[in-house]
Amino acid sequence: MKKVKEHAEAAADFIKDGPRTDWHDDTLWFVREKRDLAAHTLPEWEQLREWASQIKNHTLSNLDEYLKNFEINAQSNGVKIHWAANAAEHNKIVHKIIQDNNIQKIVKSKSMLTEECHLNEYLIQNGISVIDTDLGERIVQLRKEPPSHIVLPAIHLKKQDVSETFHRHLQTEKGNNDPQYLTEAARQHLRNHFVESELAITGVNFAVSETGGFVVCTNEGNADMGANTAKIHIACMGIEKIIPKAEHLSVFLRLLARSATGQPITTYSSHFNKPRPNQQMHIVIVDNGRSRQLGRADFRNSLKCIRCAACFNTCPVYRRSGGHSYHTAVAGPIGSILNPNLDMKANADLPFASTLCGSCSNVCPVKIDIHEQLWKWRQVIADEGYVTTSKKVGMQGMALVFANPKLYRILGSIGRKTMKLFPFLVNNKLNPWYKQRDMPEPPKESFRDWYKKQQK
Amino acid sequence: MKIALFIPCYIDQFYPQVGIATYQLLTKLGCQVDFPLNQTCCGQPMANSGFSELTKGCDQNFVRNFKGFDYIVAPSGSCVLHVKEHLKDDQNPSEAQKIRDNIFELTEFLIDILRVKNLQSTFPYRVGMHNSCHGQRGLHLSSMSELMDSTFSKPEQLLKQVKGLQLLKPVRPDECCGFGGTFCVFEEAVSVKMGKDRIAEHAENEVEYITAGDVSCLMHLEGILKRQNSKVKTIHIAEILNHMA
Repeated sequence: MKKVKEHAEAAADFIKDGPRTDWHDDTLWFVREKRDLAAHTLPEWEQLREWASQIKNHTLSNLDEYLKNFEINAQSNGVKIHWAANAAEHNKIVHKIIQDNNIQKIVKSKSMLTEECHLNEYLIQNGISVIDTDLGERIVQLRKEPPSHIVLPAIHLKKQDVSETFHRHLQTEKGNNDPQYLTEAARQHLRNHFVESELAITGVNFAVSETGGFVVCTNEGNADMGANTAKIHIACMGIEKIIPKAEHLSVFLRLLARSATGQPITTYSSHFNKPRPNQQMHIVIVDNGRSRQLGRADFRNSLKCIRCAACFNTCPVYRRSGGHSYHTAVAGPIGSILNPNLDMKANADLPFASTLCGSCSNVCPVKIDIHEQLWKWRQVIADEGYVTTSKKVGMQGMALVFANPKLYRILGSIGRKTMKLFPFLVNNKLNPWYKQRDMPEPPKESFRDWYKKQQK
Repeated sequence: MKIALFIPCYIDQFYPQVGIATYQLLTKLGCQVDFPLNQTCCGQPMANSGFSELTKGCDQNFVRNFKGFDYIVAPSGSCVLHVKEHLKDDQNPSEAQKIRDNIFELTEFLIDILRVKNLQSTFPYRVGMHNSCHGQRGLHLSSMSELMDSTFSKPEQLLKQVKGLQLLKPVRPDECCGFGGTFCVFEEAVSVKMGKDRIAEHAENEVEYITAGDVSCLMHLEGILKRQNSKVKTIHIAEILNHMA
């Protein structure tokens, strides 16, 4: 298997293309600014965030009850409920529904859960192909890439890239980069798949416990096109997608799109309650590590996330390193606090891919303390021994020096003199600071030296 | 009013002029300032790297040096925030708590405690303000662009009192500079890119100086500026507030 690059290395590769990095940064900053404008139109914005946070806190504290009620209510609406403890079970359940009904044509609208479970890869291994119908997802699917952003899956690509991809796979004109032309080509291509589809897979944005219904938000209407034409609808959701009451949608739907893209609301907020006559409706409810996260006091409230990606768009590190550098289905700051729970060793680098600037926590519509959890994950990861020995030894040395004032002063003085006399010892390739930055000029005396002279 | 000056380790060693400016400024404003001689570091470099378990000795040394003062003042939002959030001493928990409650970043001390309204300083230059994240988002020294709250800024309130100073703001008012502690070496590429982007926005404004409440941000930006042979200089806010014609 190909070795997965750690965030720092993958980010360095991304940044090598300076103009593209600037474009990526500017594009996502533009989305962040749209979010700010939209939030400014609501005087009650901060109140909404607080309500959303409290509703989610309450729900997480009573998750078992709300899930059971959801199941009962959905079943009485004629929906079939499936429970999956992990990704493998989720994939098997979906596969079995496909097999039992002898299905060939499948469309899928955006679902980060199915990305997390690697459903497409699993089905391909079993000889079944799925057409992703979200435009961005279709683009990355054709390119055999994972999405780089949970709301804007192809945001790492420019229109020229899309043009080349469509030329190769959809036979569009070579070099025609007109977005309208390319979008029209995608529409025609997807239209056929919708019409022919026998089974539609969608995600779930909100599952309402009191009604057993669920809401799917899209801008392209592709979830509706799929779910309303196919004879089977499978909706896949994590256990944390539950909200207690339908009236709570009035908080979440107002926050979601404004936080995500700066729109007042998604173009389509579709409510699914029961199957049409002769239609099957299935909901797969997935744990996949979520109950373990719920049991971690410091990290449980990461499950409040409604996947708006505001934290991606505001993150100065994400904007300059691209989603693929996070090597996980959910990238960005929220991904960096969710993924260590799924695989701590493989994702030990992610909580360190942050300056802890705190902007993520400020934009979060459900008030997840993302940057504080990044800090806490660092402690857990170091405790569990998933940092390099050289870093550990360095930190132990530092701890020793700072606990010992005399040693600190002696080493400080030697360090400054050495830098003055032998600048090449620090000004060299081995020092990552020096690669693109000069070292500070070492002064003759420390502040303490100066202070002591004043006291004489 | 017994005031202790906390000069973070890298300021003590590499930027003594910032400590001197802080000391002189507080003295000018009538404070009795003590500098406990056995102070070292707040412990943040270890803790932010995941090794908060290793900061015990450092924390105890901090408490030994800073107990018994009415206020502790430091020219660094980042170190102050770390102490406020994480200082622990099992042998002396109440002293540690008192320190956590009474430690102040310089500009918040000047505005909230000393209520400074008339600084006698002059700095006739074009100055770009960099909002250091930990001071801003951690200590709430100023309002934040992400939140829908009323706007204010303690550092700006002070800079506006400086004669001749022209304050210029970058387009993105509070984007991180990319220093981030050990992030600056372990994520070197992103760190430097972030710094370059901050500098470019300030350069657009044709500033002569970039100032901030944290020397760490400035050290990072200075390193890039020097490598670029830029004419733009960095200066800590204490040095401006203490500057006379």
